Amino acid sequence: MADREERRFAEVSRDSVKLMAESTGVELGDDLAALLAEDVCYRLREATQSSSQFMRHAKRRKLTVEDFNRALRWSNVEAICGYGAQDALPFRSVKEGELFFIEDRDINLVELALATNIPKGCAETMVRVNVSYLDGKGNLEPQGTVPTAVQSLSDDLLKYYQQITRAILGEDPHLMKVALLDLQSNSKIAALLPYFVYVISGVKSVSHDLEQLNRLLHMVKSLVQNPYLYLGSYVRSLVSSVMYCILEPLAASINPLNDHWTLRDYAALLLSHIFWTHGDLVSGLYHQILLSLQKVLSDPVRPLCSHYGAVVGLHALGWKAVERVLFPHLPAYWANLQAVLDDYSVSNAQVKADGHKVYGAILVAVERLLKMKALSLSQPTEGGSKWTPVPLPAMYCELYSFFGDSLAVRFSTGPGFGSYPPCTPSQLSDARKDPPGPTSNSETTRKMPQLTANLNISPRQDGIPRSRSSSSRSGQRSTGLSRDVFPKARFTSSQSGPPVFSFLIGGRQMGRHCQGRRPFQTTFAPTPPLSAIPPRAYAHKLPVIGRVGKPVRRWAYSHYSLHLPL
Amino acid sequence: MAAVQGGLVDASEEKDIKTEPSSDGCGNNDTNDARPLSTSPGSNAPGGNAKTSSGSTEEQQTLLAVLQFLKKNNLTESVEILRREAGLPEDSLDLKGSDSSGASSGGSAGGVDGVGVDASALLSRVTVSSSAGVQAPMKTSGEDQPDVNVVLSAYSQQGDPALYETYYSGLKRFIETVLDCHRAELSQVFYPLFVHMYLELVYNNHENEAKSFFEKFSGDQECYYEEDLRVLSSLTKKEHMRGNETLLDFRTSKFVLRISRDSYQLLKRHLQERQNNQIWNIIQEHLYIDIFDGMPRSKSQIDAMSGSLAGEAKRDANKSKVYYGLLKEPEIELPLDDEDEEAENEEGKPKKKKPKKDSMGSKSKKQDPNAPSQTRIPLPELKDSDKLDKIMYMKEATKRIRLGPETLPSICFYSFLNAYQGLTAVDLTDDSSLIAGGFADSTVRVWCVTPKKLRKVKSAADLNLIDKESDDVLERIMDEKTASESKILYGHSGPVYGISFSPDRNYLLSSSEDGTVRLWSLQTFTCLVGYKGHNYPVWDTQFSPHGYYFVSGGHDRVARLWATDHYQPLRMFAGHLADITCTRFHPNSNYVATGSSDRTIRLWDVLTGNCVRIFTGHKGPIHALAFSPNGKFLASGATDGRVLLWDIGHGLMIGELKGHTDTIYALRFSRDGEILASGSMDNTVRLWDSMKAFDDLETDDFTAATGHIHLQDNSQELLLGTYMSKSTPVIHLHFTRRNLLLAAGAYNP
Repeated sequence: MADREERRFAEVSRDSVKLMAESTGVELGDDLAALLAEDVCYRLREATQSSSQFMRHAKRRKLTVEDFNRALRWSNVEAICGYGAQDALPFRSVKEGELFFIEDRDINLVELALATNIPKGCAETMVRVNVSYLDGKGNLEPQGTVPTAVQSLSDDLLKYYQQITRAILGEDPHLMKVALLDLQSNSKIAALLPYFVYVISGVKSVSHDLEQLNRLLHMVKSLVQNPYLYLGSYVRSLVSSVMYCILEPLAASINPLNDHWTLRDYAALLLSHIFWTHGDLVSGLYHQILLSLQKVLSDPVRPLCSHYGAVVGLHALGWKAVERVLFPHLPAYWANLQAVLDDYSVSNAQVKADGHKVYGAILVAVERLLKMKALSLSQPTEGGSKWTPVPLPAMYCELYSFFGDSLAVRFSTGPGFGSYPPCTPSQLSDARKDPPGPTSNSETTRKMPQLTANLNISPRQDGIPRSRSSSSRSGQRSTGLSRDVFPKARFTSSQSGPPVFSFLIGGRQMGRHCQGRRPFQTTFAPTPPLSAIPPRAYAHKLPVIGRVGKPVRRWAYSHYSLHLPL
Repeated sequence: MAAVQGGLVDASEEKDIKTEPSSDGCGNNDTNDARPLSTSPGSNAPGGNAKTSSGSTEEQQTLLAVLQFLKKNNLTESVEILRREAGLPEDSLDLKGSDSSGASSGGSAGGVDGVGVDASALLSRVTVSSSAGVQAPMKTSGEDQPDVNVVLSAYSQQGDPALYETYYSGLKRFIETVLDCHRAELSQVFYPLFVHMYLELVYNNHENEAKSFFEKFSGDQECYYEEDLRVLSSLTKKEHMRGNETLLDFRTSKFVLRISRDSYQLLKRHLQERQNNQIWNIIQEHLYIDIFDGMPRSKSQIDAMSGSLAGEAKRDANKSKVYYGLLKEPEIELPLDDEDEEAENEEGKPKKKKPKKDSMGSKSKKQDPNAPSQTRIPLPELKDSDKLDKIMYMKEATKRIRLGPETLPSICFYSFLNAYQGLTAVDLTDDSSLIAGGFADSTVRVWCVTPKKLRKVKSAADLNLIDKESDDVLERIMDEKTASESKILYGHSGPVYGISFSPDRNYLLSSSEDGTVRLWSLQTFTCLVGYKGHNYPVWDTQFSPHGYYFVSGGHDRVARLWATDHYQPLRMFAGHLADITCTRFHPNSNYVATGSSDRTIRLWDVLTGNCVRIFTGHKGPIHALAFSPNGKFLASGATDGRVLLWDIGHGLMIGELKGHTDTIYALRFSRDGEILASGSMDNTVRLWDSMKAFDDLETDDFTAATGHIHLQDNSQELLLGTYMSKSTPVIHLHFTRRNLLLAAGAYNP
């Protein structure tokens, strides 16, 4: 039965039946198990089919556990208890035994019974009427959803709502902190959620006031972190408010003194937080966000601060988003950015500064992209190589042509480096013992001279803040070395220095994809479209700017660029 | 008992329709108005059986077959009794018995219109029902499935399993090579043949042959049978055939095909030439071929009518007369209300008189020839409050907007918010003052949509205290303390799938998964009666437009007619082959329409309990029905997203409205019938020009002997508008008395 020619249905295998029998202490023969398995499958299908009519009559599209249980009950089979919850059940596997099971936590009934944090004030079912179309006329576009605030509140809740909003949007920072903390942990405010969401959607009306925007974003954070709130489709509304802060050319950003960059960074961080914790609540959210970010990025009319927002937004969504949206778009975008940065006129000073911001953001994003990609390639269990439109070395090469040495510098200093899994000695020796053949050597030297040349020049000339890297060098010897080595390693044939991680990756990559072992350098040949533009054009002109020059505030920012939960 | 009745109806439809009207128990209704429609039709089944001796020879044959069966099983006493009651001579059994058993199986379907009944087939049919009766003589069980063994034994005939594919592909090749005009008709044979051949293989334990047969030919079947094929494909073992409902349907009912005489002759000749007995046997055993004279039908004509579980309706199933006209409105003097006049502006006055004469005057004077007599079924007398309501209705009607393609209705949407428990049914009172929702958590909730609050009647002790002579006693009996915007009714123990207000707004009906229908008082907001009988989920229920009666239908495939003051059903309408998903009363209360998962719609006569119309053409379970206000037409909506229009008088499909992309859960005609509104799971309300749909009909077509009409595809012309809701599926529609369209649904984020 297991080797059925075609599988029309989900099937319970003979082995599963045997296992189940064993667990109840019955030993089954193969034939018997096969028969039973087939019968079980049939009964399951039958029950599923009859359960679908309960779904249809409940006027739903989603088949629930409840429907299935009803079908079982009507066919005189005992219902299955314990799966009534709405949440998706986590399906886990144990690798050793190829076992799959559903996690079944023990619940402390006493604790549950005495718990004080049981959400209260769940909204009452009610009917509301609205005139949709007058005389058959009206907006024939999709109508969106029912307006959010839908419940009459008890006095207590109303008071709470007033106090909280007043505290958060008021003057007293201490009060605000208390309010936010309570918002984060209060279990009885489910009924207020629509109201808070509505307040937060007011970002559009306070776009001139950075402080208020900031507070509203903090409010979002508190709501998102509250474990007792089920955000449901309000996620969409929250996301759109946060996206507003990330992407829109806020009124506050007209004044260059306003640090709206930090706001955007914070909002992006929040976006990633919402996405990673609640992204499953709304289907297609990820793609919607990506799409709107892409739209902003590819719109040259938008101001640079919007582009900045799009880049940090993409960055916040993870390296895959960067790879999918930012990376392919980079060549086109680069030309625009270059034009801005090349304009040294006084009137352009502000725009140019903005441009540098964007540059810095892109740099941080691609840096992480490279790092994570390298990491994913080094972990074959993940099957990360399934979707790799651009092989890593080519990607590096392309990015290098944009950023030049600044990329390399940053590359080797990030804290993310430490997490790179140590290579096995054999791999190391493999890579080292593998001196590029003479042909390839000549090939590289023939193709890369310009690159080498500007490499030598660029750091000195443009004054990359070396202080930073040198300090790190003293701290981490190996990384410092690798930083020095890295750019050179690509041009000199053999290296005596310690292993360079990108080198190894290149080697692995080759080993997997190519027949035989070819020296990895060959792949660094510039890709055809790029060869048209001499790499030198960008690299030496662009110093490392952006966040490096101006360390941003306090907490995670310093390593935020490199450490995002993935 | 119901099983016997059900079995008979299933198996020998054509017979029942002819003979049943004479059944007893219904004639005495006219004499006694206060009495409800006498006893349940189930109880008159034996009487009907006994009487049949005087009926046609066909009836006698049935009787003989029963006798034969009884004798075979050594039930000599029963034989005696039956024979005595039937008044048959003693020797008749032996004579006819040998005759019938020796009858060749050749002539049955060959007879004109296929009414000839094969004796052995008849025997097997009768044994189905009678053995069920023997097994379950208790009347308590509402329904019982025919004995599976008997049903399945029909498959025990064996051919060489290896040859089945050859047979089938041989026929396929033949049909593919016949003339184009016959091909479409003969292709109808494929599906039932395929199913029965497959089932035969499975029944005889040829699992592998069955599988390969399925693989090979399932792809050829029409796409609208996909659902059934899926059920079929999961069935590969004989043991599984027991208790599979779909399978029983195939066996207990003959698949009906309508084929022109020429095409049929072609098929017959081919099969006889080839000596293809296997296929010929199946055609005789399991198929009912309804032969007509005339041009063969085209593919599109066939496709329009097919798709149901058991093929098309037989032609004579839709022949009986249906009194679809409206009852005469009672004469009520409309008092001229001065203050109302004043409220109207000057312009309103002349308008007001005119439509009144149009609508009310003409109707009350002339008796519609198509209307049933006023007393055909006893209807409750109008109370004073009803008369007041009628007056209100007329007043409102004068202010009604005449709708049309130019003047579309305004739409209001009632959104159920925070209905996390799941909204499963909605109803509005006729005057649109109350709205009720049935929920998956077994509750029924009633809301008042006017500023007036809902109040309960005071307790008995408090009622004693009030002054009963005072003018405002009706006001005094209400308990002001209980006033609230909504009330919750607890009582069911399963999701509430259907609810319906009584026309006088005093009662509410709800049907639930727990197998009961409950009647609630809207004065005390308590449950008054629980009607038990279905024993399985009850999918829908509806009050008659005149109150008092109501109909319910559910998973047990039987629709029941009840009166509120009887705890047992007055009628049981059996015949559907799958769940009854929706039920509707005809505006004149004399008929009931039921839609089913077997993808047919049936119209039942309340007086006789007979099925008078069978409409086929839907390709999915039917979830919405609506009668046009003039009673002439029926609209139906199904999971396939199509609305079909039917002419009740002629028993024909007259229109197809395509546009919805998901199940249609709500259908409603505007008050004057100019507009049909449909609401669907796809979150839209669509308005259709029903006037045009009905007017464009060429009524000459109906009189043609074949009764096949050609449907033009004009959905786009008829569609007047598509209106999106706010991400809310539309599960109920209602036109107010002034033709404002109300839609309702639950917003579930």
